Order: sequence, then C-alpha cells, then structure tokens
Amino acid sequence: MQLGVFSVGDVTPDPTTGRTPTQHERIKALMEIGRKAEEVGFDVFALGEHHDHPFVPSALTTMHAFLAAQTERLVFSTSIAHITTNDPVHIAEQYAMLQHLSDGRVDLMFGRGNTGPVYPWFGKDIRDGIQLAIENYDLLHTLWRTDVVDWQGKFRTPLQGFTSTPRPLDGVPPFVWHGSIRSPEIAEQAAYYGNGFFHNNIFWPSSHVRRMVGFYRQRWEQYGHGPADQAIVGLGGQVFVRPNSQDAVREFRPYFDVAPVYGHGPSLEEYMRETPLTVGSPQQVIERTLSFREVVGDYQRQMFLLDHAGLPLKTVLEQMDLLGEHVLPVLREEFAKGRPAHVPDAPTHASLLEKKEAGLLLPRPAHESARQAEEEVSA
Amino acid sequence: MTARPASRRIAVVSGGLSETSATRRLADRLGEATVAALAARGVAAEVTTFDLRPRAHDITNAMLTGFAGRSLQADLDAVLAADGVVAASPVYSGAYTGLFKGFVDLLGQAAFDGTPVLLAATAGTARHSLALEHAMRPLFSYLRALTVPTGVFAASEDWGGDGEAAGALSGRIERAAGELADLVASRDPKRVVDEYENAPAFTDLLGSLRTS
Repeated sequence: MQLGVFSVGDVTPDPTTGRTPTQHERIKALMEIGRKAEEVGFDVFALGEHHDHPFVPSALTTMHAFLAAQTERLVFSTSIAHITTNDPVHIAEQYAMLQHLSDGRVDLMFGRGNTGPVYPWFGKDIRDGIQLAIENYDLLHTLWRTDVVDWQGKFRTPLQGFTSTPRPLDGVPPFVWHGSIRSPEIAEQAAYYGNGFFHNNIFWPSSHVRRMVGFYRQRWEQYGHGPADQAIVGLGGQVFVRPNSQDAVREFRPYFDVAPVYGHGPSLEEYMRETPLTVGSPQQVIERTLSFREVVGDYQRQMFLLDHAGLPLKTVLEQMDLLGEHVLPVLREEFAKGRPAHVPDAPTHASLLEKKEAGLLLPRPAHESARQAEEEVSA
Repeated sequence: MTARPASRRIAVVSGGLSETSATRRLADRLGEATVAALAARGVAAEVTTFDLRPRAHDITNAMLTGFAGRSLQADLDAVLAADGVVAASPVYSGAYTGLFKGFVDLLGQAAFDGTPVLLAATAGTARHSLALEHAMRPLFSYLRALTVPTGVFAASEDWGGDGEAAGALSGRIERAAGELADLVASRDPKRVVDEYENAPAFTDLLGSLRTS
C-alpha cells in the first residue's frame, strides 16, 4: 500500500486570523510539506495542476524537480495533471525529464480539469473534454513507447518522424493513473490501457465510489489485463487529526465551515457521515481509512488531503507528524493483512523495469495488438 | 409486489413550504386521480408522493457540494424512474418557488426528456393563475418534458365557499389526470438508463477520433 499526501495548492485566508499567505509563502510551504512527507514516512507526494486563482501549482515538473533534488525516496505524482489542455508532446518530454532527474521517482495522475475557463485559455473547448482526454493520452502513450512517431489526430498538429526527448528512463514510461469523479468513460480508458484508476473520494458518498471502481475493475478484466481484483486502484481522502478527537473537531470546524469547497453547506458532522472526511484521533483515522477497503476492495494507493482551506503550515506539519508516528505504520500493517498474494502493489519504476526485463511490458495494450494483427491479416 | 409487467410509476412532487400545505393537498388529489384514471384504462400504477420542505437544507447542500444526501437522492431517483410526474409548486412572486427550482436543477438536464408531466400550482388568489403558463410550462418545455395541456391551479377560494369553485377544481383535476393517464398508458414503461451499462467501449471512443 502506497500512502501519500496530495494538495491542490490553494491560497486561502486562515479564517481564524484573517491572514492570507502570499503566493511565495504558499509555494514554499508546499515544498516544505513535500520534504516533510518523506521525513515522516509517506511514499507519495502529489500536486494538482491549476491555472486559476486562488491556486498556485501551475508548473508541476518544476516543483517536483526541486523536491526531487532534496529527497531520496519519495515518489512524485500529480493530482491531477490536465490531459485535456496540455500538449501531449510537452507532457511526454517534461515528465520524461523529471523521471531522469528523479531516478524514476515519478508517475502521473491525469484528469480533465473541471474549471471551465481553463479550456479556452489554452485554446480548447470544454465540450471536447472526453475526446481530448482520449486522443491526447493515446498520443502520449505512443510517444513514450515508439521512438519515431508519425501521427495525425483531431486536435493537434500532425507529427512526422518525431521523437520525443529524452526517451523514458530505462525505456520504461512513468506509470499512469486516470482520475475521474463521475465519468465512466475515464474508468473505461484506465481499464483499456491497464493503467491505474484514481478516485478523488473526497466529495462523494461511498455508494458512488463503489460503482465507479467496480466498473473499472470489471472492464480491466474484460480487456484481458487479469482478474478484476488485480486492477490498480487509488483513493483520495481528507483527514484532520489531533491526539484527542474533541480537539480535532473543535480546531477544524472554523476552517471547515468557510472552506471554499464545502463551506456554508452541510455541517461538519453531516459531511463526515456522507463522505470519507475524518476529523478525529489517530485511531479514528485508522479505522475510517481501513473501511475504504470494504468499498473498493484491496487497493494500492491512499492519498490524504491535509493542507487546504487556509490551515497554517505549522498545523499541517503537526498533522503529518501525528500521521507518520501513529497512523502510517498501522495502516501499512493492517492493509497487508488478508490481502491476497496475487493482488499487486502499485507499480513503481523498479517493478515496471523488472516486468520489462521479463518481457511482460507490451508497447500497446495486448488486446489492441491482437486487433491490429487481425486487421492487417484481413487487409 | 403484485405489480403486473405493465405497471407504471408516478412521482408526485409537492413544493409546498408549510407543514400541511395546500400544494400538498392538491398534489395528493392529482396523484389519486391519476391512479384512478390509469386504472380505468387498465393500467396499474404505484405513486410516490413527497414534499420538498423536509429536503430544503439537503437541496441547498447538494447545490454547494455537488452530491445529494441519502434521503434527497431517494427522492431524485423516484422522479428519474417515473413514467409520469405531477409537479406542484406554490406561486411566490409570480413563479414557482426557489426550493422547487432547486430540486428541478438537481435532477439534471435529461431527467424529464419525453416524460409526461402534469403541472399544478397553488396561490392565495386567482391573480397568479397564469404562473402555470408563463413560468412552469416554459421550464418544463426547456427540459423537453411532455406537459399535459391542462394545468391545475388552485387559489384559496377553490377549496370551499359556495361549492361552485370547488366543483370546478374537481373537474380540472379529473381532466388533467385523464390527460396524464392517456400519455402514460400510451407509452412503454420507462427504462432507467444505467450510465455504466451504456458507457461506450474504449475502442469506439478512440475509433471515432481516428477516422476524423
């Protein structure tokens, strides 16, 4: 089980003091949270791409490269990077570069981005969102696996004899997760390629998460990647932790009540009942997080949102200390219990390289290679 | 349990804001009249009737958070699965209430696509009676509902008095329920679309781009 921290990098006033950090302070704070993630024993640190106020993470590979230089072990991911409005050629090159600089400590979670104006800002149309996600990822997938690419599609300039550079480290492209909160098409896309599926899991009741992940698992099996329970699933979740649960609730409530994403709506108690939000003691965080397994089955990656809604950096770092000391070791141990041996861990550069050396990494999904071969024969 | 294959589902939505509202009273009568009219056409029907008032907080919360709580979701599902809908709102400031519109917004753009809908409204005076035609009907036309020709409006005086007005209300209820029953009975029972079942296969998603 990979345990991680993910942030959207919002710049939000602290409602208890009225003070808003500067962009500079927030960017530096994110870097400190990243370093802390490694120090206290998290496996993954992910930033969410944004180009709109009041968020700061626009240049993800720059931020992750900075952190990669200051850490040893942490894996960097995106939560999410936009597959719709970024040029797939640019993505292929930037993340391959990050992969080299970090010695393979990088993977990606892709999403469509749900902020309407971002599409026109980058010359795209939000009504093409799904199609852009399909075409752009397919080109990226090809660029990382084919040295010389001839390509023509609907949305981008055609490519003739193009080689993206640098080539992926050891010839192994970064592992990719597709994230969606409500589109079966994206779960379908993840299943088709045998990629991971990430459900943010913060805003939705578990009945919905269960259906989405269940659908992905079933399609994964249908596409011939193996039994449904071997599909690669990641979940988000949000926690606020203090040694004593009453303290946690009392301290978090003023932040919750006016938080940009859920303030002024359901009460903290209602929200905790309907969604995975956990505000309480380490033991409560442990029990709640373990219960996600009952919803989606044995899964590979659990990400925690810890630093939004104006929480001061000091408070965020205290959360991380508590989680590192009291929660992460127990989660690792408990998630391992009863987990069938054939359920894989989340792919890493090392595990993918091993697979490649064993001849198990194919340039295209196996079922598609078979389909192409059929077409060639019948042509 | 005893539902025959051709049984239909009728959802009756009452947007009344008081605990025992005139809107609910009208909605109940329309629901009962619709079932009777369907029975007269040899069609069995189950009715789900509910008020929006106890969901007022949930409706606002759902607008702010993007997901409905369990009780509200059950109401939304009842409308989404309905073969025919009775939609009743009080008239405030010349139109349906904000609560009623909030509920309709949460149902999504496709909820009423081709669904027969009977429109009903209540108000203190007959002055508001055209709210059905200038507010309710355009809303449901936008949503591509099949609104029945007779809308049922009830002002205070329709509920009592010398009997003439009340008799006229009963007549309108009968007529409108008959129109709704005709539309519901003439159509196949609704199949609720499962978005996962109908998700396009990836090869089709990709293929549609490759041929362009």
